[in-house]
Formats: sequence, C-alpha cells, structure tokens
Amino acid sequence: MFHAIKPGIMNVIEARDLTKRFGHFTAVDAITFNVKKGEIFGFLGANGAGKTTAMRMLCGLSKPTSGAGQVAGFDINKNPERIKENIGYMSQKFALYEDLKVWENLRLFGGIYGIPEKEIGNRIDELLTTLGFKSEKNMMVKSLPLGWKQKLAFSAAIFHEPKIVFLDEPTGGVDPAARRQFWELIYDASDRGITVFVTTHYMDEAEYCNRVSIMVDGRIDALDSPANLKEKYHVQTMDEVFFQLARKAKAKV
Amino acid sequence: MSAISVQNIKRSYGGAEALKGVSFQVEKGEIFGIIGPDGAGKTTLFRILTTLLLADSGVAIVDGSDLVEDYKAIRKKVGYMPGRFSLYQDLSVEENLQVFASVFNTTIEENYHLIKDIYQQIEPFKTRRAGALSGGMKQKLALSCALIHKPVVLFLDEPTTGVDPVSRKELWAMLKKLKNEGITILVSTPYMDEASLCDRIALIQDGAFLKIDTPENIVKAYDENLWAIKSTAMSELLKDLRTHPEVKTSFAFGDTIHITVGNTDPDKLKVFLEEKGHKNIGIRQIKAGIEDCFMQLSQAS
Amino acid sequence: MIILLVLPVLMILMFGFAISTEIKNARFAVYDPSHDLATQKIIDKINSSEYFTLDTYIIDPSQIETVFQKGEIGLVVEFSENFYKNIVQTGEAQILLIADGTDPNTASTLVNYVSRLIAAYQLEQMVLTGKLPYQIDVKVKLLYNPTLKGAYTTVPGVMGLILMLICAMMTSVSIAREKELGTMEVILVSPMPPLLIILSKVIPYFTISIINYLTILALGVYVLDVPVEGSFILLSLLSLLFIFVSLALGLLISSLVRTQMAALLGSVMGLMLPAVLLSGLMFPIENMPLFLQVIAQFIPAKWFIAAVKEVMIMGLGVGSILREMAVLGIMAIVLITLSLRKFKTRLE
Repeated sequence: MFHAIKPGIMNVIEARDLTKRFGHFTAVDAITFNVKKGEIFGFLGANGAGKTTAMRMLCGLSKPTSGAGQVAGFDINKNPERIKENIGYMSQKFALYEDLKVWENLRLFGGIYGIPEKEIGNRIDELLTTLGFKSEKNMMVKSLPLGWKQKLAFSAAIFHEPKIVFLDEPTGGVDPAARRQFWELIYDASDRGITVFVTTHYMDEAEYCNRVSIMVDGRIDALDSPANLKEKYHVQTMDEVFFQLARKAKAKV
Repeated sequence: MSAISVQNIKRSYGGAEALKGVSFQVEKGEIFGIIGPDGAGKTTLFRILTTLLLADSGVAIVDGSDLVEDYKAIRKKVGYMPGRFSLYQDLSVEENLQVFASVFNTTIEENYHLIKDIYQQIEPFKTRRAGALSGGMKQKLALSCALIHKPVVLFLDEPTTGVDPVSRKELWAMLKKLKNEGITILVSTPYMDEASLCDRIALIQDGAFLKIDTPENIVKAYDENLWAIKSTAMSELLKDLRTHPEVKTSFAFGDTIHITVGNTDPDKLKVFLEEKGHKNIGIRQIKAGIEDCFMQLSQAS
Repeated sequence: MIILLVLPVLMILMFGFAISTEIKNARFAVYDPSHDLATQKIIDKINSSEYFTLDTYIIDPSQIETVFQKGEIGLVVEFSENFYKNIVQTGEAQILLIADGTDPNTASTLVNYVSRLIAAYQLEQMVLTGKLPYQIDVKVKLLYNPTLKGAYTTVPGVMGLILMLICAMMTSVSIAREKELGTMEVILVSPMPPLLIILSKVIPYFTISIINYLTILALGVYVLDVPVEGSFILLSLLSLLFIFVSLALGLLISSLVRTQMAALLGSVMGLMLPAVLLSGLMFPIENMPLFLQVIAQFIPAKWFIAAVKEVMIMGLGVGSILREMAVLGIMAIVLITLSLRKFKTRLE
C-alpha cells in the first residue's frame, strides 16, 4: 500500500557506499539508496543488522568510515551540524522529559530548534488543538498514557517543520489503536511535505510505507515498494518477505 | 487441578492501579497467552505469579502451592524468563547454563533433551560472553536456562519482543514442542499474530482482562461486519471512509483498511469512493483476526 | 537536592569549627621528683594554657608507660631531681618530655607547645630577676615511634579504610548491580536460599580483603618499617572482626538502594567520609565538639584503628583492647542480624 507522492521531486536523502566499521567489525557495509521528498521510507532489518548505526550516520551523529551522502541538502561528511538543524528525530527510548509538562516540552524543543519566541505560544496551541489534547496542556508527561506520549513526541520532533524526520521504532509496545493513530499522524506530516524515515519491527507497518529497504548483516538486501517485494517473493505479507530474506542470510552463514 | 489458578488479583503502585482484579485458570500442559500492549499490566502479573511481588489482594495457586504461603516451593519448580535479558552478561553461554543447572540442583545433561533444539542453535557460540550475543540468541539462551531444570510451569514475559521474525518463529516452535513434555506455559506478548499460536488467550488492557477464550472462539464471537478495502490512494481512502455515514470504524491494517459496517451494500460504497476519485478499488468481506477483536473489545471498554 | 545544598554547609562548619589539628585540652601527666617552686610554676604554666590539662601526678617512673597505654595521656613531663636547686646552683636543669609516638603529628605538636611554654617561663624569669637566663635543657623522648614516622599512624589508618572500602562498598555495589541488571530477579525465583545468595556475594570480597590485609601488613613491615610489636594472631582476629562489621554494613546498604550509583554514593557519603573524618585517623577526636565525639563512637573504623595501633605499635595484648573488641563484636552482631533481616527476597 502506498500513499501518493507528488511527481518530479528531488532526493532528500542520498547515500552512496556508506560504510561504518568498528575495528574489524563492519556494521554498515556500503549501502546505497535514495529517498525522495515527501516519501514515507521504511528502514527494516533485524536487531544487529546495522539499522541504528546507519541512521546515526544519516542524522549527522556518527562519521562514516567511508562513503558519501547528503541529507536535506547537506553533506554527511562535511556538514553534519547543518544536518541536525534540518531534521527531526524521535526514538523509542527517549522522546520527552517526563517531569516537564506537555507545553513545557514543546517550548523546549521549539527553543532548541530556533522557533522565534513570539511564535512558539501560538504554534503550541495550534498543535495541541490538532492532536486533541488542548485540555491536557498542563499535565506532566509521565502521567500521559503511552499512546499519547508517542503522539506528543512525534509532534515535538516535527514542531520546527524539518525537511525530514527520523523515527527509530516509534511504535514499540503501543496498543493497536494508538499505533494506527500514530501512523495517521505520519501521513499528515507526509502530506505537508515532510519526508519520514522510519524503522520498525512491525511488518504490517512496513505496508504503510511508499518504499522499504531491508538490511541484513550491514547490507541492503531489498529495496522496493512493499507491493513489488511481495510479488517478487511470491508471498502475501511483508512478514513473509522478511522471513525469506532472513532465511537466505542464515543459509549463507 | 489446574496448573495455575488466579482469583481477583489486584495490585497498585502508588495511586495507579496496575492490575484491577484479574482471574483465570490455566490447565496443565496448556500454552496460555496474555496479549496486550505496554503498560497493560503483563509484567506486574508475571512478577506476582513468580512470587517476586506481593499482590495487594486476591489469591493464586501455582501447581498446588499458594503464592504467599508456599512461595519457596513455587520458586523451586517454575522457570522464569523476565521481560528484559537478565542473565550474567560477563559469563559465557555455557557458564550461564551451568550456573542455572547447579542452582536448581541438576546438571545440563539431565534435561538436555528439553533444550536441545534451541540450544543447538547457540551451541557454536558457547564460549562467547552472553552480553555479546544478538537479541535472538540472548532469548534462546534465556529460554534454555529457564528450562534446564524441567520446570512444571514456564513463565515467559514477552520472550519475542524486539526479536527478529525468524527467531520469533523458532521460539514458538520450541514452545509447541514443550507442550508434549507436559510443561504448562504462560507467555505474554504484544504481538497479536502470536495469539493464534496459543491454546487459550487473555486479552489485557489497562490492568483488566477484556476476554479469556481460545483464539478461535474469540474470533467467532466477533459480531461485526468486517470488510477490507484498498485503493490506489490509501491515506485519502481512510479519510473518505470515515466521512461515510454507514462506516462504523475504519482502521489501517497493512495494505488494506478494515472497516466495520452495518448492512451496507458494497457496490454503493464502491460508487461513493469512485466519486471521490479512487481507482482500483477492492472491497471484500473478511473474517476478523485477533487484532480486529482486540480493537473492538478495547474500544468498547 | 537537600544533600547538594546542605552538605557543603555541614562540611564547612565541621572543618571550620569542629575538626582541627590544633590541640586543645590535651591531657598530660607529670613526674616530678623535685616538688619545688620552680617545677610547680612550670606545671602551673602548662596547665593554665588552653592547650593542656593536667591529668595525673605520676609517683613511680615505671608507671610512665602504663599511663600512655591507658590511651588518654599524650605527654609526660618529667623533671630532673632537685630541679630548683640545680637551676640556682649550676644554672642548668633538665626536663624530659615523653610523648606518644603512635600519632606522630600530635606528638610533635604537643612537644612544640610545651617547649614554647617552658621557653616563655625562662623569659619571664629573666625579666623578673634580671639574672642571666637559666638553661632549662629540654629533651624529647618518643615512645613507640622514636623517629616519628608518619607511617605508624597511616598504616593502621589505611588498613581500616581499605578493609572498609573493599568489604562495604564493593559488596553493596555488587548486590546493587544484580538488582539493577535484573539477574537478581531470576536467581530469586530458584531454590537457592537467600542466605546462600548473600554468602555468594560476600565471600569473594571477604577473600580479597584478607589478601589486602596481609599485603598492607607485609608492605608496612618490610617497606615502611612499621613494627608488629604485638601478636600477629591477635591483630588478625581483630581485623577479621572488622571485616565482618564492614561486610554487614555493605549488605545493609545494598538492601536500601536500587542502583549501583546509589550504593556507591551511600558507601562513600555514609561510610567512607565519616570514617576518614571522625575515626581519629586525621583529626584527633578529643578536640572535637561533644556531639561529633559522640558520633565518632559509632564509627567502627575508630575502634578498629585505635585497637590496631595498640596491638601493632604499642605491642599490647588482649587485655588492653577488650573494650574495642567488645564494641566491634556488638556492632558485628547487630549489623549482621539487621542486614540479614532486611535482605529482600522479593522485588519491591
């Protein structure tokens, strides 16, 4: 399934032979791919396949051992700091300060990303109204249910309307209804032109993406739309696609 | 006598109610699944049943021993795999297994046949430090350590969370085999698709059970009209379906959208969507899956 | 939060007011075979200073050592016979200052102060009588540590600190780590009795601390030339007792905390710091205000270090350290009982 992309758009992420080595261990092995503006791009792979390491390089958090790339128009090797200014990031492990209130978190992130003081107040109100928790403005984040936290965290990550938002397993452990509501937020963001780069363990969520890549042992073993991948491997679900790829990888070992 | 018998267990932390009075029975040799999202109370329930936490009220009996009075007896005969990896990271695979074997007054050889299938997959790495294993291998080791003394009841708290799909399948295959040895298994998972691999399941949300039954019965009890719809523009499809007066609920489900409707004519719906500009519309009636049931039950509560 | 703001205040008050290396009201004894005006004047002069308080008049010179062994006297002033007569007739007399060398810092300070007081007396006399100054020949004799080696006090002190560090801190951190990483959770759900779990955590550090004890002792004796005058067996028994106390303390701390960091902080703030400050290792307890002295009595290291000095450097036997051993023994029993009871067999 996919979500329509407007035609004739440039790449917001380009990676060419991006590699990361730790001593003798190659975590990311010369990956090459592009992501178009407004795409919802799924970055899949087992734990330890190299997803997190690759994402770190794209976010400007880690220097590649070799290879090149650009994110939001800035070179990964030369301008990682500029990359950080133009992206949003949300991870499952940490997203918000639990001991601050809802609006305080938003103000904090707004301030960090340079939204002018005068605008922040209005933007916060707008956002909270859209999300439907205007009345929870003054609640401590730690007392929000998990599903709400996820939504708030996502909104905080895109508060400054970045070109791309990186989501690291954002829906882990969340209940099915909240997960879906979260994905609807992702669609809205994509509609507004924000490119979404998301990693996930839920294979059904892979179906919501325009294209997915599957990493196995540091390399990208598959890169295409979910529909094309299912056809290629003659299976019905992304789960089975993954299974086929993983079995092949095991057989090689 | 049931292997596990739980009556009205309640537990709060500070002001928050983690378990609001849950009751259920598990028969000997059953694979019983506790299915629900994070924060539903699964881990609290497991910790209470393994005698690590005291319930505020309620009784439970595990293999004939009372949770509070006979907790020492329970600790001797159950196997426990907590939600996060809790083995000795600085010991090797083999050493960890030896520790647990000796703590339970047995040897690796004695019950090797039980863990053989799983352990053989990590045996090549047996001198590697447990902390250096991948996620899937860690869980296999943890399972082996929990089984090494042939427990009467096995408690597995989210054994497949964060594990790659292949290892997940392998773990479940293992669990099915253990049934034949007469081991009762209580397992929790947030993955709805694993629910159908259990004999019976309890759907849990916010500290309370929504339903307890076999997966088949739960699906049979689903009483709504369920359709799966797709088109070339899924995001718009979702929005448009929600505006339709006869569509009760609509949720994205992978590459289709599941909607519940009353007695609606599918062709009329197709026309409605075509007018909105959708192409390649596919509409078919489907049977509910566990996830559909869960969502219906949790919305209702 | 409170700790971060209040602790510095406490520390400055403690260091500023209470803990000082100055001597005040140090007890001294006098052996005065002359009993004349001059000696009396000198004794008065010393006594009336704020630094000294006269404690005893020694009748028999053989009592001099005993007086030190009792542990309360820091200095004995011994006058030569016919003191006044000698001054008048020959212009010379002798005073022997005998100090307890087991604490070299205190000993030198005491000696210095008294010497100055005696010199001041001489000056006064000169001014008063207009005569040529007397020669009061002040000699110093240091018992137990004739060369005033700092090591004599540091070795027992370090031993106490290290044993406490290894036993209390490492044990508490090790158990807290198991709680933090989750391995404790799994081990609890097993037939292993909690007592065995405790022993398994405690025995490694027990063994290491025995090795440390022997190492420190050996280095002290062979490299730093600190003697072991008393019985090695007695010293070892004493150390064993202290080790038990420290292990129990470590266990107690581990049952109160949930993370390694908290265990570390608790051990450092709650055990090490008081041990360093109030055990008499660096600052003499006698000079602290009463409330600190009272607290010092509850610090196991205080009793241990005092007893070690008596056995190691003074060469005393069991009889003299009965009190210290009794205190440590009671502490051990109380702490072990308490920590065993508090050890959590469940997760909360």
